[in-house]
Amino acid sequence: MATTIARYWRETPRRYNLGGSRCTVCRTIYFPPRSVCPSCSTHRQSLGKMEPFQLSGEGEVYSFCTVHDAAEGFEMEVPYVLALVKTREGPLLTGQVVDLPAERVRIGLKVRATFRKLREEGKAGVIHYGYKFSPAEEPPPHRRPGRSSEPSRSGTPAPEEGRVRA
Amino acid sequence: MREVAVIGAGMTRFGELWDLSFREIGIEAGFQALVDAKLSSHQLNAFYLGNMASGSLLEQEHIAPLVIDYAGLAGHHVGAIRVEAGGASGAVALHQGYLAVASGAYDYVVVGGAEKLTDVPDFTANRISGSTADQEWESVFGATLPGLWALVARRHMHDYGTTREQLAHVPVQAHAMGAKNPNAHFRNKITLETVLGAGPVAEPLGVFDCAPLSDGAAAVVLGPMDEAKKHQEIPIRIAASQVACDTMALQHRRELTTLEATVTAARQAFALAHRAPADVQVAEIDDSYSIAALVALEDLGFAEKGKSGALFAQGAFAPGARTVVNPSGGLKAQGRPFGAVGVAQAVEVVRQLRGQSGERQVPGARLGLTHNIGGTGATAVVHLFERVN
Repeated sequence: MATTIARYWRETPRRYNLGGSRCTVCRTIYFPPRSVCPSCSTHRQSLGKMEPFQLSGEGEVYSFCTVHDAAEGFEMEVPYVLALVKTREGPLLTGQVVDLPAERVRIGLKVRATFRKLREEGKAGVIHYGYKFSPAEEPPPHRRPGRSSEPSRSGTPAPEEGRVRA
Repeated sequence: MREVAVIGAGMTRFGELWDLSFREIGIEAGFQALVDAKLSSHQLNAFYLGNMASGSLLEQEHIAPLVIDYAGLAGHHVGAIRVEAGGASGAVALHQGYLAVASGAYDYVVVGGAEKLTDVPDFTANRISGSTADQEWESVFGATLPGLWALVARRHMHDYGTTREQLAHVPVQAHAMGAKNPNAHFRNKITLETVLGAGPVAEPLGVFDCAPLSDGAAAVVLGPMDEAKKHQEIPIRIAASQVACDTMALQHRRELTTLEATVTAARQAFALAHRAPADVQVAEIDDSYSIAALVALEDLGFAEKGKSGALFAQGAFAPGARTVVNPSGGLKAQGRPFGAVGVAQAVEVVRQLRGQSGERQVPGARLGLTHNIGGTGATAVVHLFERVN
C-alpha cells in the first residue's frame, strides 16, 4: 500500500525521536502523544493540558514473538523478532528486537531504542524510518552467538544521523 | 424495549468459493433465512450487513444496497445499512438489528454478514485483515495480526504456565467438530502432532493456530417476540446483545492477557439476562487464533484466569461438557469470512437451541452464547440466546 509523504512525515517526531506526551493533571505519560488523558476521571479535565514528553528509549522486553509470515514490506527480514517493550517511563511500545539472535531474546531483557530503517514501499515509494530495539545488556548465554550477531555491550552507541542499518 | 426473537436463519458453506461472487453468497444466505422465517420480502423494514472490507477486498464500497438490489428488493426501497467493526462486523450488525426491533422502530429486519476473501491473493487479504490493528503504531513496525496474538500467547505462557501443547488442543477440537459440519471450510480431523509439527507463522503460533481466510455469508431474520410464533415454531429469544470497546493497539491495554472489552460485554450480558456462565450449554467463541480462544474462555467467565489451557486440554469444553464450545468448528474449522463470522455464530447457536444440529447437536441446549471480536479485541460483542418453549 502506498503512503503519501504527508502521512509519513507528520509522524516523524514520534517515530524518530520518541516524542510522547504527559498529562499535567495526573502526570501519566503516553506514547504516541494524546490530546486527552484516558486516565483522568473526566477526560475534559485534561483537554489542552497535555504537555510534550520525551521518552528515553530505555526499557525491557515485556513479550515477544518470532514472525515468519511477514507484514508487508518486511518480507526480506524473516524471521524477525517483534516485541512489546515496557519503557522506563511506563508506556509499552511495539517494535522489532535486532542485533540479537531470536533464541536469545527473553522476557525481561533490557533493551534500548535505536533509529533504523523500517521498510520501503517499493522502488519509488516512501522509505519508512523509526525505532527498533537492541540489547542494552549482555543477555545470558544460550548458544554461542555468531560474530556478526554479537550484541552490543552496555552503552550502545547513539544512532548517528545519516547512518541507518536495517 | 420489547423482546426480540430470531425467527429465521441461513448460511452458505464457508471456504474457497471461487465459483460464487459476493452478491451470490449474500443472497443465498439471506433467502435461506427469509424462507426459514416464512416472511415475505415486502414485510421487511431494513437490512443490516456486516462486512469488514469490501472496499479493499473487492474495490466495491456501498455494498449493502448492492445485495438488496440483487435480492430483488430494490423496488421495495428497503433501507440497507453496512456495519463495519473489523472481524466483529457481523456481531455489531446483529446488535444494530436487535436495537432496531427492540426499540420498536422496525418490526422485521434481516441481519446479514458476508465477506469474499479469496478474490485477492492471500498476502493482500492478510494485509487488509491486519489493518484491523493499529496501522500507525503496530503494523508500521512489522506487526501482523498473528504476531500480535503471539505476543499475547507468550505472555500468557510466562504469567500462567500455559504450554504450547495446551494451545494445540484448541485447533484439534475445532477440526474434530468441523468434520461434523457440512458447511465447514475444513472437515478433516487433525492430531496434536499435526499442530505442533506445522510451520511457524509467528512463534509460538503456527499455521494451525490461525483461522483460515474464507469466503461465506450468513443471515438471520429478527422480529418482535410476541409475533414470532406466526413465523417460527421455535423462536429463539435474544436475551442480551452487548458491544464493548477497548484501546485500538495492544500496547495500550492495561493487561496483555485480558480483553477488557470481552469482560465488559460478557458481564453486562449476563447481568441483563440474569444468568451466569455456568448456565450456558453451547457457546460459539472467537478462536481466530488458538490463544484468542483460551483468553476468551477466561474473559467470558468459563475458566478461571490462567487455567483455560489446562482445562481445555482436559476436554472441559468438548462434547459432553457442561458448556460445549464451538460445535460448528469455530473460526478455525468452520472458517473465517470476517464480516460473516458474528452472524454465522448466531445461526449455529439458533439451530443448536432449536435442536436442528444433527451429528453435532448439544443435547437439550436452552441457553447459548456468541462472542466475536475485532482486531486484537478493540471491539468485543457478546450475545445470549434463549429457547423459551
